[in-house]
Amino acid sequence: MNEPLLRVRGLQVDFGAHAAIRDVNFDLYAGETLGLVGESGSGKSTLARALLRLLHASQGSVEWRGQDLLTLSAAALRAQRRELQIVFQDPLTSLNPRMSVGDTVAEPLKIFEPRLSANGLRLRVGEMLERVGLSAGMAGRYPHEFSGGQCQRIGIARAMVLRPKLLICDEPVSSLDVSIQGQIVNLLLDLQRDAGTAMLFISHNLALVRHLSHRVLVIYLGRIVEVAERDALFAAPIHPYTRALMSALPGAARAADRVPAAGLAESVSPARLMGAGCAFRDRCPYVLPVCETTLPPLGEVVPGHRVACHRSHEALIPLSFAP
Amino acid sequence: MTAVLEIDDLCIRFAHRGAAIHAVEQVCLAIAPSECVGIVGESGSGKTQVFMAAMGLLADNAAASGSIRFEGMELLRLDAPALNRVRGSRLTMIFQDPMTSLTPHLQIGTQLAEVLVCHAGLPWREARSSACRMLQRVRITDPQRRMHQYPHELSGGMRQRVMIAMSLLCGPALVIADEPTTALDVTVQAQIIELLRAVREDSGVALVLISHDLGVVAGLADRIVVMYAGRIVESAQTQELFRQPRHPYTAELLRCIPSLAGPPLARLPTLAGQPPRPGELPEGCAFAPRCPRAAERCRSERPQLLGSSTAGSVACHFPLPS
Amino acid sequence: MSDLAVDAVRRLRSNSAAITALCVLLLLLALTLLGPWINPNSLQSIDWSHIAAHPGTQSAHWFGTDRLGRDLFVRTLAGARVSLSVGLVASAVSLLVGISYGAIAGYFGGRTDHLMMRVIEILGGLPLIFFVILLTVIFGRNELVLFLSIGAVGWLTMARIVRGQTLSIRRREFIEAAVASGARAGRIIVKHVIPNVLSPVIVYATLTVPQIILFESFLSFLGLGIQEPRASLGTLIAEGAAEMEAAPWILLIPGGFLAALLLCLNLFGDGLRDALDVKEGG
Repeated sequence: MNEPLLRVRGLQVDFGAHAAIRDVNFDLYAGETLGLVGESGSGKSTLARALLRLLHASQGSVEWRGQDLLTLSAAALRAQRRELQIVFQDPLTSLNPRMSVGDTVAEPLKIFEPRLSANGLRLRVGEMLERVGLSAGMAGRYPHEFSGGQCQRIGIARAMVLRPKLLICDEPVSSLDVSIQGQIVNLLLDLQRDAGTAMLFISHNLALVRHLSHRVLVIYLGRIVEVAERDALFAAPIHPYTRALMSALPGAARAADRVPAAGLAESVSPARLMGAGCAFRDRCPYVLPVCETTLPPLGEVVPGHRVACHRSHEALIPLSFAP
Repeated sequence: MTAVLEIDDLCIRFAHRGAAIHAVEQVCLAIAPSECVGIVGESGSGKTQVFMAAMGLLADNAAASGSIRFEGMELLRLDAPALNRVRGSRLTMIFQDPMTSLTPHLQIGTQLAEVLVCHAGLPWREARSSACRMLQRVRITDPQRRMHQYPHELSGGMRQRVMIAMSLLCGPALVIADEPTTALDVTVQAQIIELLRAVREDSGVALVLISHDLGVVAGLADRIVVMYAGRIVESAQTQELFRQPRHPYTAELLRCIPSLAGPPLARLPTLAGQPPRPGELPEGCAFAPRCPRAAERCRSERPQLLGSSTAGSVACHFPLPS
Repeated sequence: MSDLAVDAVRRLRSNSAAITALCVLLLLLALTLLGPWINPNSLQSIDWSHIAAHPGTQSAHWFGTDRLGRDLFVRTLAGARVSLSVGLVASAVSLLVGISYGAIAGYFGGRTDHLMMRVIEILGGLPLIFFVILLTVIFGRNELVLFLSIGAVGWLTMARIVRGQTLSIRRREFIEAAVASGARAGRIIVKHVIPNVLSPVIVYATLTVPQIILFESFLSFLGLGIQEPRASLGTLIAEGAAEMEAAPWILLIPGGFLAALLLCLNLFGDGLRDALDVKEGG
């Protein structure tokens, strides 16, 4: 078993009095794609930013190749940024509207390879633009001249131009049309394979995550509730939230047999959720008194499959959420 | 049976920097009473603009031509007072983002009651109790308390329920739902769809469901209309559309949706190119540049929409075989 | 060039008031610069035969002369040159200081911002005339007083505006992307923050220039600014005020010039704001 590239322990981010993410632990290995599934308010974007120290984490450690990113000096952190990159959800706001596309892609090069001549820069930028499916001649244009999908390609070009070891993708295709989502995802997979980059793929779209990931994390209201190998998770999800997610998907393939809607109660906003106890207790159909008082630990049910549920060891309860 | 909404040859043009951009071209659509029609399309399809025109909510620089008849009334040529009597009461709309469609500084109860006061002329007290009953009907727990709450105190799903309640208060003949679940979580989405289905069964209201998500539409619509680059490219009964799509775009769209069924793929199915921007449409069929079945004829001659609303229609020179 | 500029120029062109103002402005500027070549009279030379002469195209002195016999045309244009150069230089410095200060305060936030804003509030709270008088007491009637007082307050509003704008884009994703790319704060402020706050800056800059010119004129009018033998529009107006009844043109000509200058600058600034604003909202 090789050493993980990224080792996150006890990560917590507070927004005022309440914790947006709490007690987050996971590992990420070289070359793997780790899927992170969660809905709005789950804290997945907060987690992405906290990992790169774009947000202040109140507790925990993020060990990147042995060094804790959260305690590095500003200069040392900047040096590490070469290997850690991020692609954002909204392609239009993630590009500087007043900077040409070529300059945007060139920026990481200017920072980390200052010896490159102007010509060298131009060549590298051109190469990268071609690599992401655009043309080198577009370098002088501005973001507003491109479509959403093209802007996302530019964002990916910027992130991958230095061939980082880790790429965090925060809902990279959620703002895009369905017919081009596949293009962007396939591009990411190609670039990842090329550069040997590990990827943390964050999405609320379970089906998408299924195609991409080796392993999957499920996050709910700031806590990781399930971790498993991809196939194991989709064949036999254990945590009630994961199962609700899967049954709630209005899959086009199931139009013929209408999917029964998950009969979950309305979710509580994270700020109102107080006290110890499982974050899912308000909505869980299998809730027990112990769920109100004690936080379930993320424990191993089967090797490689960890679940944070007091009832995870019970024989898999047939799923029936009557509306 | 006379249609609730009849759209004939609708064209919408936007004036931008001196040039006219054709956002919607020659759209013809009829919605029968109690029917649920799903309108599916991606960016640039014009699906929202068609119904913004019906509601008189087009931007200042937009001009609509053609005809939109609602219960016999020609909406495009209605004057402001008459239009205001119709919208919000007989013809209502639910918008995508419940966070911005409710007034933040007014209580829910006030906003709901206002609709009844303005349209039905009810006194405030009666309006409020009717509103409370409606909140119950849309399955909001503890409606009395909710009446006194502000929008920011409710979750997204609840806000959308309030919007649905608001749209039903005056007993409309047609409700237009523009991407009602897009801003919501998957688990809440399922509940809202279920609610819309129950409402339809209860009150027999006709429903137009606009979405980019075929899956959402599949759960509710009797008939689905697919739009691309401002035109209707296919229309069929829901089961039929999924079972046997006729237009290549519909087929590709279905193919591109990642599903939970089947083995995981190393590469996702995708459609090359991107939807054309309004104003940058190619000659001939707008889908030809991306169509796997495109031939010379497609690039020079635009296909007409052929067929009927009952048997299904398609605008393609080489539709997929039935 | 960016779409914003193209759009703005087009909108500006359709604004007739702004274009007229711009033309008049350019005309006045041209006059100011070319004055010495048009009219041979020198600044200091005293024409003993034409003391307080009326203005007229027939006479040697187009704008007349003042009570010392100095040609008013040349003096007005010379005064305008001084007013404009002080105005422009002082505005440029205020802009530079204001933009940097505001961007730094807005970008770093926290305690840095807190401290920097308190400085602005203190300086902003100073009663200006009191401050000027204090400086005059210390330095005497010196042009230094003028520059120090402009320097103390000219940059404040610009700093506030830039700070506000910076705060509003601080959390935008492209700034986060720049941080994630390893850029240092300086680079981010210069390449990412400032280009995106330029619109209100440009508008405010065109309104700062007339403000500073007016302020300088005011101080010079009071005798606290530009000193003899140099003249600015303010000093000329002061001289003219003394001769108001006998020879009104000595007041009206430099006064009118100043008024025209300020009006045109303000109209153009308004036009610029209208041209740039619409795009910002989109």
